[in-house]
Amino acid sequence: MKVLMFGWEFPPVNSGGLGTACYGLTKGLSRKNIEVTLVLPDYPEDLKAEFVKIISSNNIKLKKISTILMPYMSSSNYSQTINKRNARIYGNTLFHEINRYAEAAKKIAMEEEFDIIHCHDWMTFKAGINAKAIKKKPLVVHVHATEFDRTGGNGVNDHVYHVEKEGMENADAVIAVSNYTKNTITRHYGISPEKIRVVHNAVEFEHKIDDKSKIKKINKVVLFLGRITLQKGPDYFVYAAKKVLQHEKNARFVIAGNGDMEPFIIEKAAEMGIADKVLFAGFLQGEDLERAYKMADVYVMPSVSEPFGITPLEAMSNNVPVIISRQSGVSEVIRHCLLVDFWDIDDISSKIISVLRYMPLKESLSENGFGEVKKFNWDIPAQKCVEVYNEVLAA
Amino acid sequence: MVSICFYFQVHQPFRLRKYSIFDIGSSNDYFDDEKNRQVMQKVAKKCYLPANKAVLDLINETDGKFRVSYSITGMALEQFGLYAPEVLDSFKQLAKTKCIEFLDETYHHSLSFLYSKEEFKEQVKMHNRAIKNLFSFSPKIFRNTELIYNNELANFVEKLGYKGILAEGADHILQWKSPNFIYKPKTAKNIKLLLKNYRLSDDIAFRFSEKSWKEFPLTAPKFASWVNAINGNGNVANLFMDYETFGEHQWEDKGIFSFLRHLPHEILKHPDNDFLTLSEAISRYKAVGELDVHNLISWADVERDLSAWLGNKMQQEAIKEIYMMETAVKNSKDNELLDKWRKLQISDHFYYMCTKWFNDGDVHKYFNPYDSPYESFIAFMNIINDMKMRVNADLKTSSMVQ
Repeated sequence: MKVLMFGWEFPPVNSGGLGTACYGLTKGLSRKNIEVTLVLPDYPEDLKAEFVKIISSNNIKLKKISTILMPYMSSSNYSQTINKRNARIYGNTLFHEINRYAEAAKKIAMEEEFDIIHCHDWMTFKAGINAKAIKKKPLVVHVHATEFDRTGGNGVNDHVYHVEKEGMENADAVIAVSNYTKNTITRHYGISPEKIRVVHNAVEFEHKIDDKSKIKKINKVVLFLGRITLQKGPDYFVYAAKKVLQHEKNARFVIAGNGDMEPFIIEKAAEMGIADKVLFAGFLQGEDLERAYKMADVYVMPSVSEPFGITPLEAMSNNVPVIISRQSGVSEVIRHCLLVDFWDIDDISSKIISVLRYMPLKESLSENGFGEVKKFNWDIPAQKCVEVYNEVLAA
Repeated sequence: MVSICFYFQVHQPFRLRKYSIFDIGSSNDYFDDEKNRQVMQKVAKKCYLPANKAVLDLINETDGKFRVSYSITGMALEQFGLYAPEVLDSFKQLAKTKCIEFLDETYHHSLSFLYSKEEFKEQVKMHNRAIKNLFSFSPKIFRNTELIYNNELANFVEKLGYKGILAEGADHILQWKSPNFIYKPKTAKNIKLLLKNYRLSDDIAFRFSEKSWKEFPLTAPKFASWVNAINGNGNVANLFMDYETFGEHQWEDKGIFSFLRHLPHEILKHPDNDFLTLSEAISRYKAVGELDVHNLISWADVERDLSAWLGNKMQQEAIKEIYMMETAVKNSKDNELLDKWRKLQISDHFYYMCTKWFNDGDVHKYFNPYDSPYESFIAFMNIINDMKMRVNADLKTSSMVQ
């Protein structure tokens, strides 16, 4: 079976879980001898070698379209980025860029041989629709996040919403990364639940750092890792930090990631008088990412709305206990964790302190969590995708 | 001759509330009164009241031939008093028939035998007193929490004056022997050992509503025929189970009460069958041999061991913390504190922390008031820390007074 896949970010050029999921899924598919032609926006020259190496010489072909599309980019920060780069080869607005990407997809669709089209999130949906129109092949759209998750339901961009809806309506099947996301799709986009298949993500963490003792620390480390945006609840993290510090003076709070709320969070920490206890690590990748996990005593994901959430799985695979938002897809598939409501600062801070204080709790969560996460690998979601392909091809 | 010995376990824990780390030092309100009331009243309606009614009717219908033994924990007795006094009344009514025997156990349904013999003795005494006061009955048979048992326990309990003790008829201790006889614990003098026939007991307690079971549906004549088959190769059929089997674990609409109401009549159709309380059984039948149980066994799960309560680090830490406080709590002379400390020994608290079956999300979750074993450990440890502060404060005050 040959799959024409439209993605937009891929490690190491990724800003979030979408790239990680795309990477894992294509790798899983290739192990099932599914031939994937992956269409991606262009990447800086110096990074190409690395990601080709990651893909290795298996069944995945890479196609590039020159664009600077970033999945989590809003229209306003797109124009900021454009100024920094060579604007000559890029379009002037984000939506113009999407249309250009979709146009290029037509040409690729004509040239390529494939049985099915698989698109990842809204920016690729138009491309998928175009490819379907040209080759009359079935279209599967994979929803990793919706506009409702990104905005927390406030200030939903109408244009994005319509692109998402159009994609889902034109698709022969919609893949949702969780039941949580399936509900969002049926409730806000009016898609029939019969058309939606839930395929939970997985994790395959390649541990590069062996020697744990290399990381020496005096303080207990509480880790937040994700984009510093409304969706991820970094504000709840710092409010909880304040409360924890009243009881655990030795705790340090590391925020790894970047995003539009970063200045606000920095100011907030200063205002609460805990600026010296909240450390900003920036966006981490590869070994740095792994080091951040290995340093942590507990990982917290206080997301307001998390379609899936791969980072807790990564933390667990590094033996780190996790405290995660109930408003997440990942909470449907893991049990060796502590669940919280993102707005419940008392509960979040109480659980952070408990993990820092009660060693048997920390050890049990870490050991059982590691055991649990070992069962996850990308062959499972890949297999489920193959089943979806077979289903739509038979229909 | 086969004597059927029914023994029903009656227990409800005092469940803890979600006691937060921020409550430490500011609240000694540890128990979820609302939840405890709800559960007690629900189980009273679904199980205790209708089951007691059925047992009373059966005793009357059979002119006292139907006989039953009960072990009711102090925790259940207290909660009957608080939330369902009519249940207590119905047990008193049963006691008056003289066809009922009450057993002793630790008042707090605790694992104290494993951690403090002194505390164990006190709790057994408390239970004995409670049964005497409520039912004017002096128990002579002992059952330990969750049928946890070994030689050492049998010796200890014998010294406390008991004539009989209960254990699981686990395959690995019986080997070729049958649970359908009375035994003597290897190291004890006279105390007799009654073993649960787990196959027959579990047919009712666990498999009754199980559609995939090849014997489904279980009818009273069918079960009676299995009991009859013991004739000639056994003296007793020890049917030991949680009383909540009737109406709570197995539902009324699946026919469990109708089964209960028919079974004694079916069994009594065979002229060689009768019903006995456990004391009657050990006075009628001699011990046929000795049983050597060195390692602890219980009636739980396939393992028949203690891993459901003490299998992981959290459980071990939590229980260790409790018994480390024993001297301080007792020295404080603070009765309210002592009562709370003892209620923290209820074995259910440790059971909720079990991670053994957590992956499969099986039946155990049904009995767990917490979202996860981790949550139950957190609440428990927070409470322990609060209690530690209070004990220390008490001790300081009392030393200042002196």
